Amino acid sequence: MPEERKIRVLAAKPGLDGHDRGIKVICAALRDGGMEVIYTGLRQTPEQIVAAAVQEDADVIAMSVLSGAHNYLFPRVMELVREKGISDVLVMGGGIIPEEDIPALKTAGIAAIYGPGTDTRDIVAFIREHVRKR
Amino acid sequence: MCDPLKMAQLQEAKAKYDEKVSKVLTKMPERQAEFLNTSGIPVERVYTPLDLEGFDYLEKLGLPGQYPYTRAVQPTAYRGRYWTMRQYAGFGSAEETNERYHFLLKSGQTGLSVAFDLPTQIGFDSDAPLAQGEVGKVGVAIDSLWDIERLFQGIPLDQVSTSMTINSPCAVILAMYLAMAEKQGVPFDQLRGTVQNDILKEYPARGTYIFGPRPSMRLITDIFEFCTKEVPQWNTISISGYHIREAGSTAVQEVAFTLANGIAYVDAAIKAGMGVDEFGPRLSFFFNSHSDFLEEVAKFRAARRLWAKIMKERFGAKDPRSLMLRFHTQTAGCSLTAQQPLNNIMRTAFEALSAVLGGTQSLHTNSFDEALALPSELAVQVALRTQQVIAYETNVCDTVDPLAGSYYIEYLTDQIEARAQDYIDQIDRMGGAVAAIEKGFIQKEIAASAYKFQREVEAKQRTIVGLNRFEAKEEGKPPDLLKVDPAVGDKQVARLNELKSTRDNASVSQTLAELKAAAEGDANLMHPILQAVKALATLGEICDTLRGVFGEYEAAALV
Repeated sequence: MPEERKIRVLAAKPGLDGHDRGIKVICAALRDGGMEVIYTGLRQTPEQIVAAAVQEDADVIAMSVLSGAHNYLFPRVMELVREKGISDVLVMGGGIIPEEDIPALKTAGIAAIYGPGTDTRDIVAFIREHVRKR
Repeated sequence: MCDPLKMAQLQEAKAKYDEKVSKVLTKMPERQAEFLNTSGIPVERVYTPLDLEGFDYLEKLGLPGQYPYTRAVQPTAYRGRYWTMRQYAGFGSAEETNERYHFLLKSGQTGLSVAFDLPTQIGFDSDAPLAQGEVGKVGVAIDSLWDIERLFQGIPLDQVSTSMTINSPCAVILAMYLAMAEKQGVPFDQLRGTVQNDILKEYPARGTYIFGPRPSMRLITDIFEFCTKEVPQWNTISISGYHIREAGSTAVQEVAFTLANGIAYVDAAIKAGMGVDEFGPRLSFFFNSHSDFLEEVAKFRAARRLWAKIMKERFGAKDPRSLMLRFHTQTAGCSLTAQQPLNNIMRTAFEALSAVLGGTQSLHTNSFDEALALPSELAVQVALRTQQVIAYETNVCDTVDPLAGSYYIEYLTDQIEARAQDYIDQIDRMGGAVAAIEKGFIQKEIAASAYKFQREVEAKQRTIVGLNRFEAKEEGKPPDLLKVDPAVGDKQVARLNELKSTRDNASVSQTLAELKAAAEGDANLMHPILQAVKALATLGEICDTLRGVFGEYEAAALV
């Protein structure tokens, strides 16, 4: 039997925000959860993130923003995801995201938003449930 | 407690106690098999003079204001004056932030602390493509001398001390502040304040670097040299453990990595030709105050003693002021929860109290809504009042270093110092802090501690009230959160356009060309930057000129 392909996650820090404790913890937790994680590092433009997702054949894009620039950056990534024809990629966001911003981000296509205090096991479970099936 | 007879009696008494405890434990075990603090230091059931055998009071503690400054850097500490109450603030436009400053000063705050937005901190003008969505978000947007003048409208610079959280473009922002002082008619030697100017922690922890370590270290030592001569009351650097801790380090790692960075700056300045006692007295520090109350108190004391020894023994500093570790503290942002946010008021109060019992020179208390947004006016007022309650109501400030002599505090102070020293030795063997950062050592150590902490929380080995225990069935809605006006980006861009169409562009080009030439050589860059700022060159233009010479740092994505 062929070995099952691991879920591939592109973890990214869009914008200028340098707070990467959260995304690094998520990377470690997703790896412990049996996923393949590629981390872009800081200061990625939406264009760079989507290009990396295409190149890495990612199943998931997981972004973290704590600077308040999510309302610009997350929807911009979704626009590019559609342009590049990879709409079946699961796109998620996290960081300091005010409650009232969440509905618009979900409408833009962000599948889930996680804030401070999230249990990383919930994120692993969500990805397993919602990722595209190959 | 040095009388051998008394010690023998104590030993006997302790043995009896241990025996009794082991009987009790069979019937009633303790809450945990092992008690560890956040640095992984085992915490024993009880501490006695037996844990401090051979403790030499004068060698370990001294009196307040005496080497090794464990008890305090000043002889009278808070009996003379309280710490500076300084709330970090900045958002949106210069005008909005200026309003907040006037509000804080009116509420009894005693120093200003400027938060800049990310484009400013990374040397971009508000109209740069990468600035999109970020202008005015985590701090105030500053593009030119015009903006900084609006920021300080109505605030006489000879009557406040101003702290500015600015690192890679520090020379530019400091030059703007100086140019403004000149216009206000305030001589440089009357200016008091601090610039963070601490690039080394940006690579592993905070992320607002522009240039690589080498040219960055040059800018830093240029600032040391310039200020030593021209702005003698200015703190030229705030060597920061705060962000290292926020990124997930332990208390021991915070002390170790911060002081290792400090060593690197002192080395660089000496290499640049300065004497340690010329710049040593103007070095300052910045620490986190986290939730392990007694560990934090011990941490501040250990850091003071360790730095004094480093400056004296390693660098041969003679001026007592070079030996004194003076520090600002901020309560731990990472300890705040988005769940039941009012609980954050209590967390912050305890953390602030440790900082005061640890002898901080200035303090920022976080606002309870900061896990959700930038602080609202109400939340920031409660945070400031927390400091005022500690200062004016608890009486903890009436005697210096009141926890000294506690067997546990002294034991813990020793432990933290020894463990931090071990890390510093390890970093020395790697070739110093710059090499350790380049190798990714510090990044990996911090990330490992952060992940360990998260797993402990998820396994409920570590309790966070309201998050993994005592959760609320339904979260009440937090009070009104601050919203940054989304139009601030457009306003800044319009202002930039106005600036560029009204200033003398020939003199801008001229000063930028002079800056470029200076950067290619080895002249002090503060002078040409000051000239460029006065000619109304923008922050982005000045940093782009330097980018052209120094290149940009590219971090390896280490996880």
